[in-house]
Amino acid sequence: MSTEESSVTEPVVADGDVSGDVVLDDADSAVTEPEPDPDVVMVTLNGREVAARTGELVIAAAERHDTYIPHFCYHPRMKSVGMCRQCLVEVDTGRGMQLQPSCMITVSPEMKIDTESSTAKRAQEGMIELLLANHPLDCPVCDKGGECPLQDQAFSHGPGESRYIEEKRHYEKPIPISDLVLLDRERCILCDRCTRFADEVAGDKLIQFTQRGNQTQVMTFHDEPFASYFSGNTVQICPVGALTAEPYRFKARPWDLAAEESTCTSCSVGCRVVVQSSRDEILRYQGVDSDPVNHGWLCDRGRFDFEAVNSELRLDDPMVKTDAGLTVTSWNAALTAAQQLISDALGAGGAEAIGILGGARGTNEDAFAWAQLADALGVTYRDAQVGDGLPASILGLDRATIDEAASASTIVLLGPDLKEELPVLYLRLREAATNGGSTLVEFSTVDTGLTQYAAHSIRYQPGLQADAVSDNAELLAGDGSVVVVAGRSNLAESPDETMAALAAVLAANPNAKMLPALRRGNVVGALSVGMAPADPDHDGLATLRAAADGKIDLLVLVGADPLNDCPDVQLARRALAGARRIISIDTHPSESTKHADVVLAAAAYGEKRGTTTNIEGRVSTLVDKVTTTGTARPDWMIAAELSLMLDLEGGLAQVTSVEEVTSAIAAQVPGFSGVTLEALATDRNGVLAEVVPALLAPVTRRAGQRNSYDHRLVVSRKLYDRAVGTAMSHSIAKLAPGAGAHLHPLDVDALGANSGSDVQLIGERATAILPVVANSAVPRGIVWAPFNQGGAVEDLIDGNAAVIDLKIEVL
Amino acid sequence: MSTAITRDYTPGFYEGDRPKLVTSRFEYEDSYTLERYLSTGGYDGLKKALEMGPEAMSGEVKASTLLGRGGAGFPAGVKWGFTPQGVWPRYLVVNGDESEPGTYKDRLLMERDPHQLIEGCLIACYAAGLSQCFLYVRGEMAVAHERLADALNDGYEAGYIGKNIMGTDFSVDVILHWGAGAYVVGEETALIESLEGERGMPRLKPPYFPAAIGLYGQPTIVNNVETLANLPFIAANGSAAFTAIGTETSPGTRMVAISGHVKRPGVYEIVNGTTTFRDIIYGNEFCQGIRDDNELKAFVPGGGSAPWFVSDQLDIPFEGREASAAGSMLGSGAVMVMDSTTDIPEAALTLTRFYAHESCGKCVPCREGGTWLLRILERICSGHGTDADLDQILEVGQSICPGEMPHAASERIGLDATPFPYKMTTICFVGPSAYAPLHSALTLFRDEFEAKVVPAPKRISIPVAVAGS
Repeated sequence: MSTEESSVTEPVVADGDVSGDVVLDDADSAVTEPEPDPDVVMVTLNGREVAARTGELVIAAAERHDTYIPHFCYHPRMKSVGMCRQCLVEVDTGRGMQLQPSCMITVSPEMKIDTESSTAKRAQEGMIELLLANHPLDCPVCDKGGECPLQDQAFSHGPGESRYIEEKRHYEKPIPISDLVLLDRERCILCDRCTRFADEVAGDKLIQFTQRGNQTQVMTFHDEPFASYFSGNTVQICPVGALTAEPYRFKARPWDLAAEESTCTSCSVGCRVVVQSSRDEILRYQGVDSDPVNHGWLCDRGRFDFEAVNSELRLDDPMVKTDAGLTVTSWNAALTAAQQLISDALGAGGAEAIGILGGARGTNEDAFAWAQLADALGVTYRDAQVGDGLPASILGLDRATIDEAASASTIVLLGPDLKEELPVLYLRLREAATNGGSTLVEFSTVDTGLTQYAAHSIRYQPGLQADAVSDNAELLAGDGSVVVVAGRSNLAESPDETMAALAAVLAANPNAKMLPALRRGNVVGALSVGMAPADPDHDGLATLRAAADGKIDLLVLVGADPLNDCPDVQLARRALAGARRIISIDTHPSESTKHADVVLAAAAYGEKRGTTTNIEGRVSTLVDKVTTTGTARPDWMIAAELSLMLDLEGGLAQVTSVEEVTSAIAAQVPGFSGVTLEALATDRNGVLAEVVPALLAPVTRRAGQRNSYDHRLVVSRKLYDRAVGTAMSHSIAKLAPGAGAHLHPLDVDALGANSGSDVQLIGERATAILPVVANSAVPRGIVWAPFNQGGAVEDLIDGNAAVIDLKIEVL
Repeated sequence: MSTAITRDYTPGFYEGDRPKLVTSRFEYEDSYTLERYLSTGGYDGLKKALEMGPEAMSGEVKASTLLGRGGAGFPAGVKWGFTPQGVWPRYLVVNGDESEPGTYKDRLLMERDPHQLIEGCLIACYAAGLSQCFLYVRGEMAVAHERLADALNDGYEAGYIGKNIMGTDFSVDVILHWGAGAYVVGEETALIESLEGERGMPRLKPPYFPAAIGLYGQPTIVNNVETLANLPFIAANGSAAFTAIGTETSPGTRMVAISGHVKRPGVYEIVNGTTTFRDIIYGNEFCQGIRDDNELKAFVPGGGSAPWFVSDQLDIPFEGREASAAGSMLGSGAVMVMDSTTDIPEAALTLTRFYAHESCGKCVPCREGGTWLLRILERICSGHGTDADLDQILEVGQSICPGEMPHAASERIGLDATPFPYKMTTICFVGPSAYAPLHSALTLFRDEFEAKVVPAPKRISIPVAVAGS
């Protein structure tokens, strides 16, 4: 029973770490007399001799040896609490058989465990009866019915009949505890899983037990909703239907769901998920316990942004610009128009007049196919990033895996607020700092989610990060392993400054490994398979500059939306106006598709097979759980068709399936030779691509000290912004915090402003008006604004400037 | 100095010609002041302890076989030895959360002789090498809290507490903490949780003692108020003087709180191990018999959670092992006497209601089972019970305390005793406490329960038409 339901309601420990299992439970093992392993403890489980591991809990050892012990509160990724008493078994440690909760007892040599004795069975049946006493038994209208551990275990380990004839406990039926999660206290069995998760794993201690005894209940604090980025996990690990999530409530019954494993691409952590659909519509994602990556957890954006796939605003069919604007047409006509645009551009200005941006939102295959097309055309203006990341050369550094980062003795954070950008990586590093003994050293401009767990959190003014690193070099020089997590911490600061800081870390400790914190789903994959610019003069920003200068005849946007993605939004606007022709391949209409001459409807996540690459270079599979919307096609297929129509040598004119593209990547892309179809099929955790070593280009630092009468601008992302996946998912779109200029409360006072009143931010390039927010997480002299929240702060960003200094005037 | 209390709040305390180890000052009106304490040999024990050194002092405590007075009866000297050496800081936590129904001995010790407790704490800290002491006083005990606070202030001022106590290099701070009045916080690990500012819920075992990992994750000794109050006597007079009183296995005296249908309810310091329940209930220097000279029906020998005794057990001495063998426990030293007018199911309901209400909500058997038992009992007592309910009580009880339950022997119904203890499916004793007294009441007085119930309606099986028949 456990294995069937476990893929959904219980995190499954993916094969990776268990495969090297101690399999000594052969009856014949005595014959060969193997070396005694110090980590193996022999115990007797229901009369048979089995090998457990030192320190292993009885419940875990039993389950590994196919003896399922019923339980509710025990969860392998959290500390045991022994609350539900369901896992009582008889254990003999030399003092006779005693009833013991198996989630609390670790194995010891010669321990005898009986999980099925009449005493154990009576205790287990008694607990089920007690748990059901006040449980409403509204299974027919409960979302959990059909995948409910209480329901399942009431059948498998319960007494079969209830003798409880008293009035049941009553509470108001579901009460919202956050914008996403509802709590039905009648169904709750008080297992402490959600509250433990919020406290131990997420670090958002926003739900707690209140009242006591029979009236004990899970509750939020007054006027403080359970606004955790990880709240969806509590719904997944709830062993009853007490917690339900708004996006899935009453959408399906579990037995109607078809499920397949895939990888989340909402950000680049690459969490393993199960994609569940019914009637060809994606209805739910559930986290899968991938030991090297996500430990079963997902962030709420990753969990709930399937709504964007189902959005009614999706681009169903290709469109071509006519006198009447963008008009739906056939694929044949649209592709012919696209082919014509490419031929025209080649004829007019040559390959130098074509720019291709994007690939980071798609699969490895999508990016590879477009890179191959670019190669065949000779296009050099190409990039998977549009000024929102770091130079692709950082992927050539000695790269750490997530596991290596989470077990490093020192973790150096140069990047963005991981809680906002790579939430599950935040969970892993938070755990490393709180339980794993890692020392966090953070260099940031403002307080981040990890600040409270950092041993050293060093503040610097934008532009001076490398100096901060050099000044604290002794923190990085230790003997233990050092991993530096580097990403774009400030979109209003030149990436050169971060690269200089990275170089400073490597100067302080040449053995440090690097984990890139680039956010967009498959940015590492896209850059690795050929969508990286050959030199900084042809990167994303350079492409946009060329377009703005009128040097680009054709701009191809492969799932790229410069008006939303590029921090220098003025440049993006000028580029889209300056490019003579634009082809946009996208899933949803965007500001950029409006400017396009040809719009090709692309298949979205969950609609196309392929592979994706996460930040550590782990390539894992994506599944096409539902058919595409309308006539949309995967990006790779469009590139292949165009290659065929353009009659190109090379390219991917001859491929007919995505598997052929995957194999072509393995055959052609350096570092990807191990990423074969066979390897991907064997290990659900994915395959690590090898790093192709490259040197960091030296950078010139240009930022100086701030004038004392200026504020320096920091723009960084929040988890929820106006990015397409969030904006098109109605449940999470409303969670975006909105635009604002955050200042230290004393700075707000010094300006004579009030929190909430509008201030004018005056930069060299533009002036923006934003409401001011007093925020003590922001140091004095800095103005921090969340990116892409619909305000005007992006107008202030100049992609050429090292840093942005502003004057602030109260309106 | 303390505010004058005008109302007569004090539970009965009666003098007698008995050894007085911890109540020697109770006769004085101003027993709680430092002046009185010093004039009656106060802080002599501490002085002696400081002279003899920590090893010798803890040796004295070990030699005295001082048993913990909180309920479990574990030897205090042995408990101190469980703290790992060389781990600092290490704490003494004083369990003054006396909340077992019927128990009010610690309350008197704190109200009437706070300095004695403080001196005991200091001796314990000195002997067991503990660097800080936390006094956890039950939320309802305002007077105790007030007098301890005054005593601490006076003690600090006089140099008995704090830095360089009595001019030596021994320094200990004593911190007073006022609880919020939850029964379960009397459980030592729940008390530690509460002290840390968390919800008062028992910690998981193992570790069975917080000695290694206790308050704030540091080595911690949790001792009962009465246990510590004995230390000044042991320190001042030596372990031999202590073991000279009482029996070999239960030396010294014990504070017993007696309530219920007796003529003179109150707290008595009795000689440990030799005084019988008959002495306590009928003895002239103790309770002097049942009110109105009624017949004794039953009595609770050791706090609300103990299985009940009947007149058959009157001649058992007030001694832990004897009580266990007879099917109950002495627990916190509270005797509650019920005379022949008592409605046994109602009395059981009162206790079960208390324990169901005091469940912290952590373990399922206690949280759900306790309330289930309460609901059944409420129905029985309100005349809506059936005979099936009586068996159902035992069935629910099996989920809380699996296996045989302890109960006393009764000649009246021809029943032999089943010795203490019971087994339990819960983390702490609150859950079993809701059931154990009820079980013994139901076992010893099933007739009284049966008199309140009607026969259960027969289950009628309705024949189901089977296809083809």
